[in-house]
Amino acid sequence: MTLNRRDFLKVSGAGAAAALTGCATTTSSARPHVVVVGAGFGGATCAKYLRQWGPNIDVTLIEPNDKFVSCPMSNWVLGGLRTMDDITHGYDNLPRHGIKMVKDMVVAIDADKRFVKTRSGASIAYDRLVLAPGIEILTGSVKGFNEAETTGKVVHAWKAGPQTALLRKQLEAMPDGGTFVMSVPAAPYRCPPGPYERACMVANYFKQAKPKSKIILLDGNPDVVSKKPLFTDAWNTLYAGMIDYRPNNAPLAVDGSKMTVTTEFDDVRGDVLNVVPRQRAGELCAMAGARNDSAGNWCTVNLATFESTTVPNVHIIGDSVLSNLPKSGHMATNHAKVCAAAIVELLAGRQPDPIPVIANTCYSATSSTTSGYVANVFRYEAGKGYVSAPEGGATPKGDALNFTYNESWAKNIWAEVLS
Amino acid sequence: MTKKITLAIVGFAGLALSGIAGAADIHTQSIASTCMSCHGPGGKSQGAIPSLAGLDKEYFVKSMKDFKAGTRAASIMKRQANGYTDAEVEALAAYFAGLK
Ligand SMILES: Cc1cc2nc3c(=O)[nH]c(=O)nc-3n(C[C@H](O)[C@H](O)[C@H](O)COP(=O)(O)OP(=O)(O)OC[C@H]3O[C@@H](n4cnc5c(N)ncnc54)[C@H](O)[C@@H]3O)c2cc1C
Ligand code: HEC
Repeated sequence: MTLNRRDFLKVSGAGAAAALTGCATTTSSARPHVVVVGAGFGGATCAKYLRQWGPNIDVTLIEPNDKFVSCPMSNWVLGGLRTMDDITHGYDNLPRHGIKMVKDMVVAIDADKRFVKTRSGASIAYDRLVLAPGIEILTGSVKGFNEAETTGKVVHAWKAGPQTALLRKQLEAMPDGGTFVMSVPAAPYRCPPGPYERACMVANYFKQAKPKSKIILLDGNPDVVSKKPLFTDAWNTLYAGMIDYRPNNAPLAVDGSKMTVTTEFDDVRGDVLNVVPRQRAGELCAMAGARNDSAGNWCTVNLATFESTTVPNVHIIGDSVLSNLPKSGHMATNHAKVCAAAIVELLAGRQPDPIPVIANTCYSATSSTTSGYVANVFRYEAGKGYVSAPEGGATPKGDALNFTYNESWAKNIWAEVLS
Repeated sequence: MTKKITLAIVGFAGLALSGIAGAADIHTQSIASTCMSCHGPGGKSQGAIPSLAGLDKEYFVKSMKDFKAGTRAASIMKRQANGYTDAEVEALAAYFAGLK
């Protein structure tokens, strides 16, 4: 969709005139305007709660995709427990909250004059800006990956969508007795337990459909990053002899014609290769100058408001944030809520909650009937950031009850984000 | 909970009462919203996780205390409940009791 000037005025209301004349609106305008970029777990939730808690705030949500495709449960698609349809949802309910949805992509940000520019050429002014782009995958960090990805030989499937469907097809086409090679990026990366859940889901599928097959897990980390007892229990009991786990085996190169992954030690050949390169904060954050940690990879924020530590009026939520909090969809929705609450207070000239409390939970399936989880409550303390409350932790073994809660969690969080 | 946390909460509640933070207690409202990712938007759940909307206040408080103490069996709520102060649990109980 291309926005012409008239559409644009409709879309951004009061802020538009300011953008066209090049000067930003101020917090004193009758209806402050918050622009949220990215309608994933973080952004969609933030837009919804901004409207719910700040009915006097105009909210514009910018997202290029027609549909929300959920990474959570996408491993279940690879295992044949769910279809692409099951994890694909529409944005139709969000406008009911009074959110203005703009189908477009932000290509530039002027954080001084406070407006964003979109691919279709529109400028949209903001009083406060929320950036929730998720991750950028550093495809160039594994030699040969870009080429192998372009030809459809090797995918990461670390953003749910066509690559998820393609990887499932490759697994289905693999002969019994074949080898699936998957790599785990060095931390920090999106969804710490995700790679190990994926190994379980593929193993569950192989066990049913092609039991002579093998899985080689090349981990760029020195050990299983998350829920180690849960996953190793599954690998040793449910999938004994099927999974070859190799720590400290970061992929250096991939070759889509020879079908090999090269590590420091070996050329590992497979019938299906799933290389997940290292990651950093979405490019969008760099446009605002907010990808500001020492390596220029992640965004440092005030964790009680999620405002950038260096770029005023710009908030970053979700996977792009640098913190001790795990990069999960569950966490992204909680960043979104703390951020929305803080913005409502800040725009009203009040003090935000100085001691927010949030929780993380990641359920992971270990088979088609069992799941486990890791859960922690984090309490914000000034000067310390989020401190983990007592009794947090992970289940040592998957079970059927947690599998039903895992399913229920997915339905509820999708509804929470999108309805 | 540590003494520091209790003090911080008392200090903040003061703010809320003096009207600086507005009539609604934003601390409670924010925490309650984070429960919805599991318990469903508005506290109305789909599937196996129980709904929280409209739960009796006393029952809610007792459940959370029993989860904390481990006297009520739970797959996950002991780990959640232990993260919140008694004052927060009281406020959350009132909040969810008020949801239809
Ligand atoms: C295999 C896998 C399994 C997972 N399982 C779980 C799980 O069980 N539980 C869990 O809690 N988490 C899970 N996660 C993690 C979860 O998916 C992420 O943590 C979550 O999506 C982060 O939310 P976000 O809002 O930061 O980013 P996203 O949800 O990725 O949303 C980012 C959005 O921003 C948009 N965007 C990007 N750039 C621009 C731009 N320039 N202009 C406009 N829009 C833009 C994108 O199109 C996208 O819609 C899993 C992840 C993977 C890969
Ligand atoms: C990770 C998912 C998850 C989160 C987050 C979560 N809960 Fe729960 N809750 C459950 C499950 C599952 C149960 C069922 C008991 C069990 O197995 O732990 C439950 C049960 C309950 C019950 C008992 C309901 C009844 O009808 O007896 C209460 C009360 C409750 N939760 C309150 C809360 C509050 C308050 C929060 C937020 C501070 C919260 N929960 C966050 C998953 C969650």
